[in-house]
Amino acid sequence: MSPTGYRKFRKFKSGLFGALCMFAVLVAAAVLIGLLWTIFQGGIGKVTPQFLTSFPSRLPNQAGVKAAIYGSLWVVGLTAVISIPIGIAAAVYLEEYKIRDSKLSSFIQLNISNLAGVPSIVYGLLGLEVFVRAAKLDRSVLAGALTMSLLILPMIIIVTQEALRAVPRTIREASYGLGATRWQTIRFQVIPAALPGIMTGIILSLSRAIGESAPLITIGAVTFISFTPNSPASKFTVLPIQIFDWTSRPQKGFQEAAAGAIVVLIALLLVLNSAAILIRARARRM
Amino acid sequence: MAKASPAPPTRPVDGVPTRLPHERVIRAVCFLCAAISIATTIGIILTLGTQAVEFFTKTKVSLGEFLTGTEWSPNFLDPKFGVLPLVCGTLLITVGACVVAVPLGLLTAIYLAEYAQPQVRRIVKPVLELLAGIPTVVYGYVALIHLTPLLRKVIPDLQIFNALSGSIVVGIMILPLVSSLCEDAISAVPRGLREGGYGLGSTKLEVTMRIVLPSALSGIMAGFILAISRAIGETMAVSLAAGQRPTLTTDYRQSIETMTAYIVQVSKGDTPSGSVESLTVFAVGAALFVVTFSLNILAQWLVRKYRKVYV
Repeated sequence: MSPTGYRKFRKFKSGLFGALCMFAVLVAAAVLIGLLWTIFQGGIGKVTPQFLTSFPSRLPNQAGVKAAIYGSLWVVGLTAVISIPIGIAAAVYLEEYKIRDSKLSSFIQLNISNLAGVPSIVYGLLGLEVFVRAAKLDRSVLAGALTMSLLILPMIIIVTQEALRAVPRTIREASYGLGATRWQTIRFQVIPAALPGIMTGIILSLSRAIGESAPLITIGAVTFISFTPNSPASKFTVLPIQIFDWTSRPQKGFQEAAAGAIVVLIALLLVLNSAAILIRARARRM
Repeated sequence: MAKASPAPPTRPVDGVPTRLPHERVIRAVCFLCAAISIATTIGIILTLGTQAVEFFTKTKVSLGEFLTGTEWSPNFLDPKFGVLPLVCGTLLITVGACVVAVPLGLLTAIYLAEYAQPQVRRIVKPVLELLAGIPTVVYGYVALIHLTPLLRKVIPDLQIFNALSGSIVVGIMILPLVSSLCEDAISAVPRGLREGGYGLGSTKLEVTMRIVLPSALSGIMAGFILAISRAIGETMAVSLAAGQRPTLTTDYRQSIETMTAYIVQVSKGDTPSGSVESLTVFAVGAALFVVTFSLNILAQWLVRKYRKVYV
C-alpha cells in the first residue's frame, strides 16, 4: 500500500471507530426510550383517581396505591428530617473544621466512600438488628426511615462536601478579615453560598431513598396494608415494595397494577428531579 | 538561579481559632455527626459478625463447609449450607452484566470525552443520569414482564425465571456508572499527551488507543471494579427476574438465585428472630459485605495510585 493510501486507511479506521462509539451512545439512548415507552404504555391507563385512592386488594382491578404513596412520603419525609442535618454537619466538619493531615479525618473520609459502596441490603440487615430488634422500634416507619438515613448519609455527605469545596476561599478570607469567627463564617457565608449545590445533592439522595426497597423488605415492611400511617410508629409499605409484590404475582391484573404503580413512582421521581434541575439552573445564573 | 522563596501557606484559614466557647460545642457536634459513619461501619461489622458466628455455632457447619459446599438447602430436613450455588448465581449475573455494560460504557465514555461536541455531551450526560435514576425494582419488572417473553421467542427453552434477562437489566443499570467513571478517568489525562500524539501524525483512534486509554487505565479499572461491586449487591431486579432456586450452573437459561435474592426471599417469609433460617441471612450477608467491601477498597487504592501520576 502506498504511504498516502495507508494514511487514508488509518483515517478511515479512526472514523469507523468514532461511528462505533456513537452507535454505543445511540444504543444506550434507545434502551432508555424503549424502557420508558414500555412502562408508560403499560401503566398510564391504570392510573385513575380510583387507583390512587384505593388500598391494596385481593382483586387486581380494585387494588390501589394509597397506602404505598402515603408510606413512601412518610419514610422519605422522616429520612429527610433525620439525614439532612446530620449529613450537612458531618460534611462541614470534614471540609471546614478538619485539621490538615489528621489521621482520624482521612480515616473518616475513606470510611464514608467505602460506606457509599456497601450494598443497600446490608443496611437492611443492620437496621433489622439495631432498630427493629435491639431498639424495639418494630417494623415501623421510624425504623425504616432510620435505616434509609444510614443508607443515604454517605451520599449526602459526599455531595455536600463537593458543594462546600466549590465555595471560593476568598469568601472565607474576607469574612475572617472582617473579624468573623469560624462558625460565623460557615453559618453566614459558606453554607449560603453552597446551598444550591447542597440542595441539588440532597434531592438526588432523597430520590434514591424513594426508589430503594431492598433494605425495607429486609427490616420487614409489609406489603398488604389497608390504612395510611398516622405516626412514626405505624406499620407501612412503600411504592417500590408494592411494585415488587404485584410484579411477582402470576395474575395479569396485578402486573398491570404494578405498571400503574411504576408510573406513579416515576412521576414522583420526575417532580423531585426537575426541582433539582431548576435549582441548579437558577444557581448557575446567579 | 533564583533563590527558593518560602512556600506560600496553602490554607491560611486553618489558622483561624474557634474563639467563642459555644463554637467548640458546634464543632464537637459536627464531629459527632461525622463519627456516625464510623459507628455505622462498626455496627455493620458487629451485627453481621456476631450473627454469622451464631449461625456457625448453632448449625455446627464449619467455615470450610460453608464456603466450599455445593448444595444450599437450609429448609430441608437434612439441611445443607454450602454457599457456592448462591455465589455462582451472583457471579453469573455479574459476568453477564459486565458483558453488557463494559463495552457499551467504555465506548460511550470514549465518545463523550474524545469525539462529542460540547452540545451533544450536554444532552447525553443527563440522559445517562436518568437511566441511573430509575429504581431497580422497575428494571426487575421490565425484565420479568417484557424482556423475558421477548427473549423466549428467540430462545424457546428459556425458563420464566432466568439468569439471562436478569443480567441484561443489571448491565443496563450499571452502564451509567461505568460510562461516567470511565469518562472522568479519560478526561483527567492531560491534553499535552494527546497533542504530542497528534503532533506525530497519529489519528484519533491511535491517540485514543495507544495514549489516552493506557494513561487512564487504572481509573478505568477502578470504574469497572465499582460497577462489578454494584452488580454483586444488586437486589430487587435479580430477585424478580432471575428466580429463587439456588443452582450450581453456568447455563444462563436456567433459574438461579443470587446471594441478595436469598436474603430477600427469607425476609419476605417473616422468620422468627434467632431461628436458623434467619441466621443464614446474616451469614450470606457477611459474605456479601466482605466481597463488596474488598472490591471497593481495591478500587479506591487504584484511583489514588492513578491520581498521583498527574498531580
